[in-house]
Parts: sequence; C-alpha cells; structure tokens
Amino acid sequence: MTLEEIRSRLQSGVPGCQVELVVNGSPSGQNSLLLDRDHGLAAATLLCDQIQLDFCSNVTAVDWPDREKTDKVKTKQMVDGEEKEIEHTIKTRIPGFLEVVYHLFSMTKHLGPVVIRMRTGNRSDDVTLPSLTPIWRSAEFQEREAFDLYGVVFEGHPDLRRILMWDGFTDYPMRKDYVPPPDDELERLREQ
Amino acid sequence: MTQVAEDIMEISMGPQHPSTHGVFRMDVRLEGERVLRLKPVFGYLHRNHEKIAESASYLAAIPYTDRLDYLCSMTNNWGYTLAVEKLAGLAVPERAEYIRVIVAELTRLQNHAGMVGFLLQDMGASGTPLMYAFTQREKVLDLFEELSGARMMCNYMRFGGVRVDCSQQWLEATARLVGAFGGFLDEFEQLLTGNEILMARTQGVGVLPRELAINAGVTGPGLRASGVNYDLRKVDRYGVYERFQFRVPLGEHGDVFDRYMMRVLEMRESLKILEQALRDIPGGAIMDPKAKLRGLRPKVGEAYARIESPKGELGFYLISDGSPNPYRYRVRPPSLINLTVLEDMCLGQNIADVVVILGSIDIVMGEVDR
Amino acid sequence: MLGLGILKGLVETARNFLGSYIDKERLVTVQFPEERLPVAEAARNFPFLIYDGVDPEQGLRCVACQICEKECPPRCITIEKSKDKKPDFVGKQQFYPAVFDIDVSVCMSCQICVEVCPFDAIRMDNEFELSTTDRFGGLLWTKEKLARPNEHYEAIHPTEAAEVEARRAEEKAQADAKKQPSTVTQ
Repeated sequence: MTLEEIRSRLQSGVPGCQVELVVNGSPSGQNSLLLDRDHGLAAATLLCDQIQLDFCSNVTAVDWPDREKTDKVKTKQMVDGEEKEIEHTIKTRIPGFLEVVYHLFSMTKHLGPVVIRMRTGNRSDDVTLPSLTPIWRSAEFQEREAFDLYGVVFEGHPDLRRILMWDGFTDYPMRKDYVPPPDDELERLREQ
Repeated sequence: MTQVAEDIMEISMGPQHPSTHGVFRMDVRLEGERVLRLKPVFGYLHRNHEKIAESASYLAAIPYTDRLDYLCSMTNNWGYTLAVEKLAGLAVPERAEYIRVIVAELTRLQNHAGMVGFLLQDMGASGTPLMYAFTQREKVLDLFEELSGARMMCNYMRFGGVRVDCSQQWLEATARLVGAFGGFLDEFEQLLTGNEILMARTQGVGVLPRELAINAGVTGPGLRASGVNYDLRKVDRYGVYERFQFRVPLGEHGDVFDRYMMRVLEMRESLKILEQALRDIPGGAIMDPKAKLRGLRPKVGEAYARIESPKGELGFYLISDGSPNPYRYRVRPPSLINLTVLEDMCLGQNIADVVVILGSIDIVMGEVDR
Repeated sequence: MLGLGILKGLVETARNFLGSYIDKERLVTVQFPEERLPVAEAARNFPFLIYDGVDPEQGLRCVACQICEKECPPRCITIEKSKDKKPDFVGKQQFYPAVFDIDVSVCMSCQICVEVCPFDAIRMDNEFELSTTDRFGGLLWTKEKLARPNEHYEAIHPTEAAEVEARRAEEKAQADAKKQPSTVTQ
C-alpha cells in the first residue's frame, strides 16, 4: 500500500483531515505524511484499525527553531529618469515549531515504515499535540521523553511527567537554544 | 477500618541494587508481598547521547554508539551505519556483509549467554551458571579483541563496510569456537532446563499476552515468547540474512520460562547461521570504494533503519540538513520500550517475582537512558 | 521422580569441578596479576606518537596538521602548531607541534585519530596500567611522554608495522622516481 493510497483513505475516512505528503530528499525514499493536530487522533485510529498498522516503533521529537530567509529580488525602478534594476534584499521570518514523527509498522501484515508527522503552532506557548498513547501503548514512554527533553505537551497522555531528567528540572535540554549550566555550577552554588 | 491500609507498603527498589541490571529504580506498592502498583524510574545514566551526536560528525558518533548497549557494541554500530548508509546511499561489498553477520551473531551468542547467567543469578543461583556462561563469553570477547582491537567497545563498522579485514586464522578460530559451543549449550541445558526450582519459579510467572505485546511495541525475544512471529532478520531481510537457513523459535505462554527458552533456542539458531556464514564468506574488498572516511555530508533528508539486536528492535532515525553533523539523531532503544509492560507483568505477583521478571526482559541501562 | 532435574544439574557441576583437575580447558581462572594471558596483537588502549631515529624532537613524524584534533570524538587532543619550521628526519623543513597534549582521563581509545592521520604519526599502544597518584596533571600527557621510537611500534604490532613500512617505502620510491626524470630519452 503506497503512501498516496493511505493519504486518500485518510482524507475520505476522517472528514476535515488535512494530509500533506512530505517528500524526502535522501536516497532512503522514506516519504512521510503531515497530519494536522485536530484530527490526529482520529487519523491514527483509522491507521491502526483499518490499515492494521498495529506497531508504533519510534516516536521522535524534532526542534525547528525560527529561521530568517533572505531573498534577493531585482525590481525595476525609475532613478534619475532612467529605468534601472535595483536589488532589494527581503528578509522573511519563518516561525519555528516542534515536530513529532511517528514510525508505524504492521506486525500482522509485515508492512514497511509509514511515517506520520504532527507539528505544533510555535515553540513557546502553543506546544500541545494529541497523544497517541491510547492507540499505541508503545508511545507512552517515548512521548514522556519528548515532553521531558523538548517541552511538547501531549493531551490525553495517562501520565505525563519527566522521565529522564529529575523532577525539579526546569529547562528542555534537547532544544537547539539550550544553554547548559556552567562547569563550575556546584562551586558557585556553594559560595552563595 | 484501616486494616487493609496497614498492610500497604511503598518501597523503592532503589538505583543501587544488585539485581536491577544497572542504575534502575522501581517504586513498588505492596500489600503484604503482592504487588499492587509498580512505576519504573530511570534517567540515572542519562548522558544525552543524542545531543552529543548532533555536535559531533557522523564518524565521531560511532564510538558513542558502542556505549549505548554496552554489552553488544557490534550490533549498535551496525544499526547506526545502516541508517547512515540509507541516508547517504552507500553500498556495502559482500565480504563486509558476511563479516557483519558473523560478528552480529557472535554478539547475539555472548549476549544471550550472559542474559541467562544473570537471570539465574537474580534467582539466587549465586553465580555458577553465570560463570559457566562467562567462560564462553570470554572466548567471544577474545575473538573481538583480535579482530577490532577492543573487547567490548569495538568501534568496528564504518559507513560502507567494516574497518579492518579478518584474517584466515581468525575465521578458523571462530569456526573452532562455533564447533565447541554446541557442546557447551548441551551441558548448560542439562544444568538448567530440567531444574525443578527454575521451573517452579519461572513457569506461569510474568505472563505477557500477545495483543498487549504487539500494542506496547515489545520486540525481540520477549515478543516471540508471546507467540508473535516477528524477527527483523526475516521480515526486513537486511544485510545478507536471506541467504541463511535458520528458524525463528516461538513461545506459547509468554511467561519467564518461555523467555528463558527463547534465548537458549536462539543461541542454537545463531550457531547455524555462523556455520553457514563461515563456510560461504567470499573474498574481496571490505569498504565501499566511493565512501570517504572524513567529511561525510549526506544530502538533505531523513532515514530510519532498524536491526534485530539481541535485545529487540534497535532503530536509528537521522535527519540531515547537508552539514557534516546530523541535524537530529534519535536512537530507538529496545530496552526502554520493553519496559513499558513491566508493570502489567508484575501486577498480582510476589515481590520476589519482580526481580525474576525484570531479569527476563533483559535491559541494559546504557540503552534505556542513553 | 521429583528432583531428577536438580540431580542432573549437580552431575554437571561435579563434572566441571572435578574435571578442572584433569582437563586444562575446564580450569579457566587466571591468577592475575601473577599470571597473565598473552595480549592479542591488535589490542589497543592509548595512543602514542612515533619518531624515527633516536632524537624524539627531530625524528617526530607529526607535522601538526591538526586533523586528529578535529576528528577526535571527545576532543581530548590539544595541538599548537609551531611558528617556525625545522628539519625533520629526512631533512625537509616541516612544521612541528609546539604543544601536543592528550588527556588520558578523556580519551576513549576509539582509534579514530590513528585512522585519519595522513602521516602515520600516531598509533595505539597496548599498555593499560596507566594509573598515577599525581592528581593535578598526572593524566595529561605531553609530547615528551607520548613520543616512542618506531622500534617500539614494531615490537608491539609487528604485522601492522610491516605493512606500514612497505607502504611508506613504496610512497618514497614513487616520490623519488618523480623527482629524477628518466634519462632514457637522451
């Protein structure tokens, strides 16, 4: 079953679901489907029940920070009575987001990797995503790890708390803008 | 009446414990001796391997993968190099593929022998089966030292092949080990499998139902002990595994005894694969001629590759943005996912069985915490 | 009969115990440190720098290209290139490392520095008893402590050293043939 077929099944099975095909540039050829947040749970239920993708192998969170794209655009303008081509640099700010990638397989039918992704709104206050733990129990610890290390809040997770860092920790270590504490942190705390 | 409440005790089988297979903690709520609730707590060995790999180049991450599941460094290397080869589109010559299969099956032998030994030690057998298993494990580690230079942290595989070639004497020494291993397994089984104490402590204990195993993503011998026929060597057919004849043992009950028998039977199947690989290994190059050692810059994209490591499905997910360092590097640890069902298997059992069930899952904290 | 499995197991234990008096294969304990097993030829533990000849300063093969410093995964190598050039073993003017430090406590013996060195200047030693009581600097090895003669390398890794020598001799012969043009066409 190809990715296009799965995409059309999702669009017909879950009304209102927006599914986009994300093409992969590398020779591995593993393209993925981008689902929107509101219909994520319904789409995952369809994938598990009807297409029998019963094994969620890997749940990964990825941090895409804000980027600035600079484009050089040539426009024609009247300068001193002559038409000249002047180059403008236009800077567009692409907002960042957090992304969670799920790799799905089928143990009963031996189907290959089906990759689905979901993106949050931004990296600061709009970081909730639906949890897929009610469908695939294997996502339980991995979603806790995504919450712990990236700050993605999963709605509907039975037990969302930190898993690898200690409970009083307040930052998200795997983000690209994380600054680790200085090496002499212990001495400084002792001096205080 | 607080009669029932008086019997309830919360203990922490703390990180420093001789039977928890590393720095691992379990918060257990007990009523008398029966387990009511069990929450695993880990993170004591968290070294943030994924972030280190993001700041190191692709080549420099290979020695760090040795230290993930520190007992099986060769298969960790293979999983990572398979992911990078998929990402960059590199091909591996045949001799290198055969060598990879040989060292991976040797790794499986020494891992399963150690697992059975540690399980018996957790049950109180005070190290005798463990030391018998370790005599064979030492021979395998000596072979690894002759081949790659180090016993455990081998750092042997490279993108597009393996680092050094194996000599004819090494292949002959491996063939001698494989020939003698069958006799060792017969003696080992005579010591253990018919033992009434072992059977009483493991049969019917820690049952994992089939549907829960699939849904919770349990992989490896634990999954096959519950009756699901899913071995990545047969499903994905990565490497040259499709050229070898071997069977996949399956269990019926999914209890600790089935998981123990899985390891013993898989050791016998590994011996078959090793005999065939040692017989058929061709000559030739061991590295892809197009692969460079330094400065690998794959194209923008991502790849997910998985192998059947002795603990389960070890997967590596890499996202590349064209620079010499990976943009996102993720390890899918089999021991962590297998721990999801620890609570389900332990509910209603005695506290003494918790140690036995944990030993049968076969976790290594280097992999759980990374 | 109940207990037959345990009895068979005890037979197995007795076979191993009594057999260790008769059979060498079953007596597996090596009384370390009085008794030691021979070390495999390929065993590696910590790197060292090679020098040709007898002078560790002049014969040092390292030209401070800093490739090993860049590729080292835990970044335990510190190199400072010299400002001047000095003649090396064959008399050619080369840069040399003014500072070459390796931190023993950080190095993880991964051997990547050896693989990427283009000049065969750094190789792996197999000595593992490196502990010291000097807490401040005892585990930071400088260039003087790291330099070993080429004979040492040939003694610990004979087959590897033979291959390296053959390759270097071939490269030298090719370089010499390029320098002297062929006199056949005169």
